[in-house]
Parts: sequence; structure tokens; C-alpha cells
Amino acid sequence: MVWEVFKKPTKWPIMRSLILKEIDELIFGSLGIIIFIAFFIGGVVTIQTALNLTSPFLPKSLIGFAARQSVILEFAPTFTSIIMAGKVGSYITSSIGTMRVTEQIDALEVMGVNSLNYLVFPKIIAMLMYPFAVAIAMYVGILGGWIAAVFGDYAPSGEFIKGLQMDFEPFHVTYAFIKTLIFAFVIATVPSYHGFFMKGGALEVGKASTTSFVWTSVVIIILNYILTQLMLG
Amino acid sequence: MIEVDNIHKSFGDAHILKGVSTIFEDGKTNLIIGQSGSGKTVFLKCLLGLFEPEEGQICYNGQFYSELSTSERRDLRQEMGMVFQGSALFDSMSVEGNVMFPLGMFTNQSKAEMQDRVDFVLERVNLIDAHKKFPSEISGGMQKRVAIARAIVMNPKYLFCDEPNSGLDPKTAILIDNLIQEITKEYNITTIINTHDMNSVMEIGEKIIFLKNGHKEWEGTNKEIFKTDNKAVTDFVYSSELFKKVRQMYIEERN
Repeated sequence: MVWEVFKKPTKWPIMRSLILKEIDELIFGSLGIIIFIAFFIGGVVTIQTALNLTSPFLPKSLIGFAARQSVILEFAPTFTSIIMAGKVGSYITSSIGTMRVTEQIDALEVMGVNSLNYLVFPKIIAMLMYPFAVAIAMYVGILGGWIAAVFGDYAPSGEFIKGLQMDFEPFHVTYAFIKTLIFAFVIATVPSYHGFFMKGGALEVGKASTTSFVWTSVVIIILNYILTQLMLG
Repeated sequence: MIEVDNIHKSFGDAHILKGVSTIFEDGKTNLIIGQSGSGKTVFLKCLLGLFEPEEGQICYNGQFYSELSTSERRDLRQEMGMVFQGSALFDSMSVEGNVMFPLGMFTNQSKAEMQDRVDFVLERVNLIDAHKKFPSEISGGMQKRVAIARAIVMNPKYLFCDEPNSGLDPKTAILIDNLIQEITKEYNITTIINTHDMNSVMEIGEKIIFLKNGHKEWEGTNKEIFKTDNKAVTDFVYSSELFKKVRQMYIEERN
């Protein structure tokens, strides 16, 4: 499968337009939900951290520090990826799966089109833009944390920002983006596999979407553990 | 011309095709008939290269399919047109987009040249005002005609149709049959049709192959099918009272 996906496309101009369409569909189409979730997760993390820091000896800046670490290291890359496995992954499986059951993939093959390359390659390339979406999630998550802290009266703005800047390790951002790129590949390929090789009818398309979401999430969570151990352990 | 020599195809323990051999000539409308589960679709998919037979050879104008590389197979497939049972039109594209797709993919024609060709084939299948419509917005008969237009837009040498008139009213079914036969003659195409429709068998079957349990049970023309004594064929083709009467009348007329 992998070899066929990465073969030279029949026509680059057509592939270029497919890639742009997929970027629009998979990345820009997901920005709304990513921003919404990141904002509120950032807020919730901040509130919960603040509520657990009961000792008066602990500085309020720790709230900002904890929010930053949680959002950059885990919530933006991993939590968003699980959401994307649901939103984008099920879209990929169901769209390719529907093409399979309605013989559209057979039609491509009969015409002499490398269907794996035509359908999967643009999705993989489009998902290379996913780290930009995660960068937005990081920013919005921290913004949500700041708003929750300041307007919820958990920490003054200055203290929260001081916490954000405290012991900043640039490698943590690199680590998050490396994770994100690997998750992006998983989100593009696992659902494509489940859609492309599915058998049956409309009911099986739904089942394949569910299965692909489960497997994409499992792979993301296992890879998250392995990558964290390798890069931060 | 397509020569099929003793092909076998199995899926797990199920032996679907058991040594089918035949020849499909240029410019002829060839029909494959048989009961559901007799192996018609598997046979057609073997001819299209979507399934590879475990045994036997398929030869397209002297080229043995099994000896071709992946890219040579793709080149050969560009000479094939296929009308799927459910039309298999691309949902995300308009009628025009569907028909233009193979041209955009495999030719270096300008946009104007492609548009001319698309207009020509859509007119050929009697679809004039549907260019900008999407497959979900047109009827089943129109979808079949778009599928035929897409199949012939590249001037194929081989045209395959899987039950092209299933789900269509009798009048539209006859229109589709006539259209396929006209196109076959006009472009000297080797046309192979899988069908259950006995009207098609009687009207356009220049060569008919009857499959039973994966074997070729009978082969002949639409004239010969009236005279055959093969019980399996007569039980299948003349299963309705109407066709029994038609056969009886034909035989009486001949005598």
C-alpha cells in the first residue's frame, strides 16, 4: 500500500488541486472545533490547577506555568489529535469507504488511475499542515487559561504571564511539533486504510469509520507514550 | 479482440470460475448471461484486470495481461471503458467533470479541446442540458448515459458494461441498449455486457455466453439461442411465459 501511495502522480496539476482541496477540507475545516476545544481546555486546566494550589506558600505564577506545560506538552498535540481522529479520521474513512462501496475506486482503477495515490497521497500532504493548527491550539489554549485565571480571579494577569515565561524549555515545543507530525501521518493513513480496504455496503462504512477512530486513537496514545519516553525520558 | 483461455478464479474455498475460454471479437456486442452467483461479475472483473485469475490467460490484441508490468497494465486500462452497475460516477464532480476526468488525467489537451470532446460525447448519449448537474441531481437513466459518455470519451478499444439497464424502465433500457450497440459499431469497439435482461439478449446479443456455476455452459448468437436444446439455457432464458411464447412463435415461423 505505502509504495503505491508514494508513486509519482499521473498529473501534478491535478494532484496540486487535490492537495489544496484536502488542506481546505481537513485543516481549515477543522480549525473551528480545534479553537473551540483548545480555548475551553486551557480554561479548565487553569481553573483545576488553581483550585488544587491551596497552599499560600505556592506562588500564583505556578498556575500559568502548569497551564503552559499542560497545553504545550499534551493538550494541544495529543488531545487535539484524538479529536481530529474523530472528525477528520471518520471523514476520510467514510468518504473513501463510500467510494469503495459505490465502485468509484474500481472506476478509477479501470481508467488506469493509481487510486491509492490519487486518494491517499493528497491527504497525507495536506496533513503536513496540521502542526500549524496545533500551534493555533497552543496559543488559544493558553489564551483560554489566561482569561479563566484573570476573569475568574484565580491569578492576576502579571503572575499568570510570569508563570508562562518561567523555566521555558524551547525543546518542549519541538517535541510537541514532532509528535504532531507523526500523529498527522497516523490520522491520514489509518482511516484511509480502513476506508480503502473495507468490504460490504453502507452499514459497513459506518462500522469502518468507528473502527478507524478506535484504531487511530489507540495508535496515537501508544505513540504518544513511546515518543515521550524517547524524547523526554 | 480479447482471447480468454481457461481462466480459473477462487476466493478462499469458493471456486468461482472453472476454466472459462472464449473469444470476443472487435465491433461486436458480446453478452454474458447466467443466474446470480454464476460468476458473471467475477468474469467481467477478471477481464478488466481488477481480479487476477489463478490459472489461464487473457490476451488483449496479442498482449497477455499476466505478462504486463503494473504501468503497462495501467496503460492498457486507459484503452478500456467501463459502465458499472451503479454507474460509479464521482459524487463530488458535475456531469461535465465526470466525463472530463479521464481527459484531464491522461491527455495533454487544452481546456477548450476537452470541453469540445465532452460536449460531443454528451450529445452522443443524448444529454445536452445536464453539464453542470451533479450525479445526485439526475435520474438513474441519465446517470447510466453519463457513465457511457465517460466510458467512451477516451475512444476505448474495449467497452465493458455491468448490467447497464438494471433498475431502468423498459423504454430507457432499450435506449441504453441501442446506444451501446450503435457506439460499438461506430467505433469498432469490443463490447462485453453482463446482463440479466432478456430483451438485451434478444435485441443486441451478437455473441452470448451463458455461464453456469463458473463454467461456460453455452455460447452462440441471439438467433441461435432460440434454437438451442441446451436445457440450462432454455430454463434460464425462457423462464417467463412471455419468452416461452416468443420462442414458440419464432420456431413456428421458422418451420
